[in-house]
Amino acid sequence: MNSRILPFVGFLVLFALLGAGLVYVRDHNTSEVPSPLVGKPAPAFSLPVLNEPERVVDSRSFLGKPYLLHVFASWCYVCREENAVLMTEGRQMGVPLIGFDYKDEPSDATSWLKQFGNPYDVVLADLEGDVAIDLGVYGAPELFLIDAKGVIRYKHIGALTSDVVRTKLMPIIKTMEQEPSK
Amino acid sequence: MIARLFAGLLLVLMAFAAQAIDPIQFKDAAEEARFQALAKELRCLVCQNESLADSTAGLAQDLRRDLIEQMRSGADDQQIKAYLTDRYGDFILYKPPVKPTTWLLWFGPAAMFAVALFVLIRIVRRNGPVAGDDAADIASGDWE
Repeated sequence: MNSRILPFVGFLVLFALLGAGLVYVRDHNTSEVPSPLVGKPAPAFSLPVLNEPERVVDSRSFLGKPYLLHVFASWCYVCREENAVLMTEGRQMGVPLIGFDYKDEPSDATSWLKQFGNPYDVVLADLEGDVAIDLGVYGAPELFLIDAKGVIRYKHIGALTSDVVRTKLMPIIKTMEQEPSK
Repeated sequence: MIARLFAGLLLVLMAFAAQAIDPIQFKDAAEEARFQALAKELRCLVCQNESLADSTAGLAQDLRRDLIEQMRSGADDQQIKAYLTDRYGDFILYKPPVKPTTWLLWFGPAAMFAVALFVLIRIVRRNGPVAGDDAADIASGDWE
């Protein structure tokens, strides 16, 4: 009796495992690589402002208040849809929004921002993608929420939606407001 | 003749392909060998089934450039890997380190094999007929 039911139980276990795998893949983006930098200080960088190569901004100048660093590019298709979210909700989050133009042509980025709107307080240009490697960026769009001490508190990979803003970003921004900014 | 021509053409094309993926000028063969060995052990995060050595993705190109720069500034293989895993996690390594979170990955297959072997031995022991009994069992219709 026991030996007859055993293969069937084995089959059920395998079946459940495969089913769980399918459900997991449906609900999770398995190509997403969680950043080990979350919870750690963001590597310091300095980058020129888009179209103003002589104006170099140091990331340490952002310290003292939280900010959002948004990796985008004119070649990134998802960034177009995401841009609409940033234009409306991005500006209402109460923290500076820094654009990070990743591996792009300055002229393309400029016309892209003109066409879809520029939600950023300032746009930094990483045309070669060197600083991006230091930040662990592997694509666009990516969004870093960095606190007053320069620690990466949250990283969102892929399209930003109103849902992410409401359920992920805003709660962290709210708690950061309670923290001393020293 | 034609075959030789084709072979020649193929060689030229292969040389071009190699150039296209890596326009890096190596100092010597040792540097190239070290670079290639390192690039083969690292995963391209854009095309996740390709190594840095094989991928033509923009990020892979940047990472290869970063790799050679770090090599030339004197970093050893361990330091370069540490730099990359600090930023991209263990996922960038094709051979992740053995630690509690990767135990399942490293020992899971062996554990499953051991369980299967155990079950197999048990079944064979319990059901195993004495030699020469097979014919009698089948004849009497007793399969158990």
